[in-house]
Amino acid sequence: MARILMKGNEAIAEAAIRAGATNYFCYPITPQSEVAEYLVKRMPEVGGVFLQAESEIAVANMILGASCTGKRVFTSSSSPGISLMQEGLSYMAGSQLPCVVLNIVRGGPGLGGILPAQSDYFQAVKGGGHGDYRLLVLAPSTIQEAVDLTMLAFHLADKYRNPVMILGDGMIGQMMEPVEFPDSYSEPELPPKDWAATGASDRDPLIIRSLFLDPTTLEENSIILHKKYEQAKKEEIRFENYKVKPSNKVLIVSYGTMARICQTVIDDLEPEGYSVGLFRPISLFPYPEVALRKEATRKNIESVLVVEMSMGQMVEDVEKAVAGARPVNFFGRTGGIVPTPEEVKDQIKKLIKKKSRRGRPAKKRK
Amino acid sequence: MVAETLDELNLRERTCGIAPVGCSVLAYNYFNCDFLEAPHGRAPALATGFKRVRPDMIVFTYQGDGDLASIGMAEIVHSANRGEKFTTIFVNNAIYGMTGGQMAPTTLEGQITTTSPIGRNVQQTGQPVRVAELLSTLNTPAYIERVAVHTPQNIIGAKRAIRKAFAYQAAGTCFSLIEVLSTCPTNWGLTPDEATAWLQEKMTPYFPLGCFKSPESDEDSDGPV
Ligand SMILES: Cc1ncc(C[n+]2csc(CCOP(=O)(O)OP(=O)(O)O)c2C)c(N)n1
Repeated sequence: MARILMKGNEAIAEAAIRAGATNYFCYPITPQSEVAEYLVKRMPEVGGVFLQAESEIAVANMILGASCTGKRVFTSSSSPGISLMQEGLSYMAGSQLPCVVLNIVRGGPGLGGILPAQSDYFQAVKGGGHGDYRLLVLAPSTIQEAVDLTMLAFHLADKYRNPVMILGDGMIGQMMEPVEFPDSYSEPELPPKDWAATGASDRDPLIIRSLFLDPTTLEENSIILHKKYEQAKKEEIRFENYKVKPSNKVLIVSYGTMARICQTVIDDLEPEGYSVGLFRPISLFPYPEVALRKEATRKNIESVLVVEMSMGQMVEDVEKAVAGARPVNFFGRTGGIVPTPEEVKDQIKKLIKKKSRRGRPAKKRK
Repeated sequence: MVAETLDELNLRERTCGIAPVGCSVLAYNYFNCDFLEAPHGRAPALATGFKRVRPDMIVFTYQGDGDLASIGMAEIVHSANRGEKFTTIFVNNAIYGMTGGQMAPTTLEGQITTTSPIGRNVQQTGQPVRVAELLSTLNTPAYIERVAVHTPQNIIGAKRAIRKAFAYQAAGTCFSLIEVLSTCPTNWGLTPDEATAWLQEKMTPYFPLGCFKSPESDEDSDGPV
């Protein structure tokens, strides 16, 4: 199919439809209302369900109910709305129900602002609701990647019977880029959805639930979930290296659109004689821990610089992966402010000049 | 009008307003009293908490129709039902303003919004919610009136109702809610003049003006009195 110019929010909405997710529930919130405004027109064309709910609390429970039918379900929101969905997501993970949730992250906490941020990392990656569960989290850095990951997300949701989150900062939702949709959609075969509530006509009644009053059964359920997450850690690690090579003195770790700014930084610094590489996690859970440790502990790497649009959240996972083998530094802006390439360059120049000491220096939090 | 009333009744210095999420989220910039900012739809819950702890203060919420009649429907119904003694100014403009013109629970049948691009289909999305009437069915005493602000006469009437609401609150009488029909030319895609006419022609027949409940009227009266 030809490349077309699309806004991120609309491209993701179209990708959901192409992946067969024709059931969408929503509540308006900036900066992702275009998803709903696109789908309200597109759903009737494919005979799908579009419903604007009374709140995000209702949305989360509508997708919970819809998912029980075995059909693919989708919702999108932004930070404050995603907070309200946490209860439903915990129930869905506990009941082993698939769904895909798009979070076009805006600055927080609280009402915050409407500009791009990456400050929902903890909530997305560490589990924003209660209980022993995780979301699978994918972070695109281009609109094309957002399309590809959205389609993949529906597959992973079904494969793991677990909610999957696309974590896009505001820029992913709002910017326009050329995208290409595959002519036909195909994915590896999935097991039949024999867990779906389709009516007890030719089988025993089934119950979809997260209530297990007997502690042994509840523990068993948590162990089942845990095993799925361990499997995901083996099979679903995704990341990308940019100009990672033996000469690198500094390794930047950054995700989403922030990583693209870091690529510019690396290109700009190259002619000045600074050798810097970028490690970009794409799956934020499971986190590409082993791969990151390998790149970060290459012989010439003097220090690692984590760059985020937050006060420093992913940096904790980087510290865990690097485990003290190299100093891990942090630079970030938040509240909707996007770090400029100049700011990041300054940080790198300082690091290389300093000939960073071993051990972990105090994190620089700006 | 709310600010004028607070001054006229000499309440300003012991008043706390509660801003919603919506176009009036910045209301605190236009008032000279203390103000809180609530999560979307939850202003009545904040008001309840505040007023219960400081019954001597005057507390009001200022909410749009998405905020109050959609995500915050539970909070307003239960606050009214408990007879919380604060005042709600409910701005009904039949649309989500701040987020760029999506369908609200008050959007009229056939009305075009960004999430009802071919007009609201009441078969799919239900009938527009009449908040003043709905809350008036509760047995708990309250003062509930619907006013409009599209003509000078209506503005005078709205001011009278708002003053009455705060007077009831100051006397510790009851919960009060003033529903204010208001225009949103930007998201309706109309000029201010056209919007005024639209409010009169389309909104007032479906959202009739008048007092729906007052602490003096019979407890079970359910029409304009
Ligand atoms: C939990 C949550 N969901 C959604 C939003 C986005 N949002 C901001 S204002 C608003 C509603 C605005 O409509 P309305 O209450 O009718 O007030 P108006 O802007 O028309 O005055 C919404 C949905 C939010 N801030 N928080």
